[in-house]
Amino acid sequence: MEITYRSLITLIHGMLFGAFFLMAISGLLVELFRSTFSEPSPVSSKAQLLERLYLFCTVALGWAAVLTGAYLIYPWYRAVPPAGVMDLAPFPRYLLKSSPATSGWHDLGMEWKEHIAWIAPMAMTMVAWVLTKYRATMREYPQVRSVVLTFALAAFAAAGVAGFFGAMLNKYAPVNGGATIHLVGKTHE
Amino acid sequence: MNKSATQIQEDKSGEHLPNGPAAAAVLASGAGSAALGILGVAGDASKPIAKLLTFYLPAGPLSGVTCVAIIFWLALWFILAKRWATRTVAFARVNIAALALLALGFLLTFPPFADLIQGK
Repeated sequence: MEITYRSLITLIHGMLFGAFFLMAISGLLVELFRSTFSEPSPVSSKAQLLERLYLFCTVALGWAAVLTGAYLIYPWYRAVPPAGVMDLAPFPRYLLKSSPATSGWHDLGMEWKEHIAWIAPMAMTMVAWVLTKYRATMREYPQVRSVVLTFALAAFAAAGVAGFFGAMLNKYAPVNGGATIHLVGKTHE
Repeated sequence: MNKSATQIQEDKSGEHLPNGPAAAAVLASGAGSAALGILGVAGDASKPIAKLLTFYLPAGPLSGVTCVAIIFWLALWFILAKRWATRTVAFARVNIAALALLALGFLLTFPPFADLIQGK
């Protein structure tokens, strides 16, 4: 069983950073909704520390996802094939645009994903900061709570769009290439 | 000091926390999203702007769009946080402005809408 270097990085970007970021936001959304309808209860300092760690990891996952996506994977995706090259498989953007049946995945999918994805970590950084700073007094500021919830929902939507199109783009034109990494079993002769 | 006493003390100190710092963070976040959308459309509409925004050639204009939007967001957050550090602001107005800017950011990153305003 083998994997190419570019596939591995794409996997880390999508399945580790992106997917865990989405899961972490969904967990935070559940907690935000729950706390809206329940009375606050005393929280130990250890639990507060865990909450902060959770928020920090959520934000870090978001930034890791967009940074690896834009600065590692995107250059591989948009690489220009040399003149005369017929096999477009190593050039995903050009492979997608070579057929009307797949060009939409680039024109809508990648064009949307590459920008909207960045809204998610920006919004979640603000959400995490406000939740940390106003943790004890959030109930006194219902407007702060509602806007934080809205931005968290927006971050979830933005990350969802990016995640969906990332998965679909990698299905129709996978980013591949680079050194082959042997995982388990016999190597390919 | 037991846990509930710690909680009470924190709540008491938190009561005096103005909403200014939260407003600064929320408004800057909305403005950052809008900046991202505006820069993305500008880079798509104009070749000279796209060239100007190409900070890292392999990633193309996306590198400049995201870097400038992030710098703008953080700078605005810093400035507003300084100005509103001890102030209680009209949060309803900040909310409306921040959500409008966030919606603008979402709209401008949506390619069919971006194409529509460019007349493509």
